Amino acid sequence: MSDGTETAIERSTMERLVTGDDDAGPAEATPSPATDRDMVFRSRDVNVYYGSFRAVRDVSFDVYKNEIMALIGPSGCGKTSVLRCYNRMNDLIRDARVTGTITYRGVDLYDERVDAVEVRRRIGMVFQKPNPFPKSIYDNVAYGPRVAGQKKGLDDIVENSLRKAALWEEVSDRLNDSALGLSGGQQQRLCIARAIAVDPDVLLMDEPCSALDPIATARIEDLMQEIKQDYTIMIVTHNMQQAARVSDTTAFFTSDIHSERDTRTGILVEVDTTQKIFSNPSDERTENYVTGRFG
Amino acid sequence: MTDASVAQPVVLTAERLQIAPTRRRREVIVRYSLLMAALGTVVVSALIVWSLVSEAWTFITGVAWADTWGQLGWFPRRGLYDIPTIVIASIIVTAIAMLVAGPLGLGAAVYLSEYANRRVRAWLKPALEILAGIPSVVLGFFALTWIAPNLVGRIGKNTFLVVGVVILAGYAVIAAGVARNRIKHYRGSGAEPSSLIVAIGAIAVLVAIFALVGAWLLNVWIEFAPARAGSLAAAGIGVGVLTIPLVASISEDAMAAVPDSLRQASAGLGARRMTTATTVVLPAAISGIVAAFIVAVSRAIGETMVVFLAGGAADAARFTDSPFEGSLTMTAAMASLASGTDSVVGEGLTFQSLYFVGLMLFAITLGLNVVAARFVARVREAY
Repeated sequence: MSDGTETAIERSTMERLVTGDDDAGPAEATPSPATDRDMVFRSRDVNVYYGSFRAVRDVSFDVYKNEIMALIGPSGCGKTSVLRCYNRMNDLIRDARVTGTITYRGVDLYDERVDAVEVRRRIGMVFQKPNPFPKSIYDNVAYGPRVAGQKKGLDDIVENSLRKAALWEEVSDRLNDSALGLSGGQQQRLCIARAIAVDPDVLLMDEPCSALDPIATARIEDLMQEIKQDYTIMIVTHNMQQAARVSDTTAFFTSDIHSERDTRTGILVEVDTTQKIFSNPSDERTENYVTGRFG
Repeated sequence: MTDASVAQPVVLTAERLQIAPTRRRREVIVRYSLLMAALGTVVVSALIVWSLVSEAWTFITGVAWADTWGQLGWFPRRGLYDIPTIVIASIIVTAIAMLVAGPLGLGAAVYLSEYANRRVRAWLKPALEILAGIPSVVLGFFALTWIAPNLVGRIGKNTFLVVGVVILAGYAVIAAGVARNRIKHYRGSGAEPSSLIVAIGAIAVLVAIFALVGAWLLNVWIEFAPARAGSLAAAGIGVGVLTIPLVASISEDAMAAVPDSLRQASAGLGARRMTTATTVVLPAAISGIVAAFIVAVSRAIGETMVVFLAGGAADAARFTDSPFEGSLTMTAAMASLASGTDSVVGEGLTFQSLYFVGLMLFAITLGLNVVAARFVARVREAY
């Protein structure tokens, strides 16, 4: 999609679209939706295809403001594919195709007027492996605002973002050093700071702790609890304890194996409050997974 | 322990683990033959350098230095060895070649690495490699018979006009593309095309008309002196075409080595493809790209066949600093002198002058290659 043509028209269209009335209504897929929760995302019958291969089938669930939603499930069940639909990162993958509807605050993310680049400025992403740019710590954090055209007040943005990501104390005296000199855990917090610096509405986190040791993981989890005051978070994780610790709602995915074609399609088994998923899930497959009987 | 030795009476000794003598001899033979091969190449190179230096030394010590500077030109058979003539010619050819190969090669590399989808890549990359496979004598012939009369001959003194028309035409193409994209974009949504779109479209049409009229004027009104002979510009363009694949493929390798995770990170922060290319990929790959340019310069300076055929001078050349005239580059000076029908061993130091020029070339390309190697080494530590 990102064809390099960007103008004020497109931006203002998107602005209007995203600030438009939220007509999404209460969700059927999430049981007992509290009426005071603002819905951020609503997805219905989302399918992800890579070429002719269907990676994910008919996923529907809702995400609410200031909550942390965890996507869990065994390897290859399409969690990451689903997550990447929410800021249209799948657009970058050749042959990838998304069907169904995903609305973000009432706006269809896949409406042809919607520019994927504008979407990504509002819906940030933290990746599985820390991926700082080979630039200074300062330039890494300032990258997003600079790309968006901001030139003034970058010092404050950098400091605030690093503080929010609990990294400021460790790096404040060496902001101009290369980000590649940081440890893995610090790099991942830097990537979170970098994502926060564009002041997104939502943060998508794709197994953000899988490359980190337990101490660094604990810091990131604390961090998520703190920043959820300001953001809505969706996190893919392999670590069930992590999902149980940090999330408010949990979606459990598994894969449907077509034995005759030897392919697997990810399906959503159930979505509920994290407490219910881990203590009293309604589906047997969920129970087997969270109790460690498979996966 | 004792039980085991009873059960297995075979005692392991150092002799049992010995290599068979024939096997060992073979290893030694293989090892030393390979060493000879390696040493052989070094010895051959050293002998070449030695013969180069010793003959060049005869020239350096024997030549009247007044004949090597500020003379009419490079007339080796008459004892006039004006070094600036051939050095300036080499610089002009190399500069023109880089003006051609730099933007085209880098543009191709950025397109291949950042924009092209798999289908386009599948034919575009081999096509570039075919360009690299064209023998330089073929390109030299093309430079002489087509580039010289049609491109350089027609442009000649009207450079500014031509460049202006080319830029305008390019702008028209881009503006038309943007306008088309906008209209396509909004037709689907049913929204009214804004005044900006109309304005862009109108400008595109106007510019296109202007460019077409300019091109027509160029063909009809301007009188040409269609030069049949070659020139430094023709040779430079030819060499440029020759080095495009070099610049493109080394730069593309450097950009392809930049991890995709960085592009993803950039896209995730709301950067467009071009922004990602210029602010993340190019800086990360810069040492490889600089190396590509240095290697291309080195290749352009050393290129012989194209400049020999299309450079517009043979045997001797008057001094010129105009790209639209013919002259001899260092390589062409060597080639034309060495390929003369009469014996090169002519007047005075004519023969030795060849070696002197060769030594200069050797020093320049060696220096450039050392610098390039430094940059390539740096590419590995960038990320």
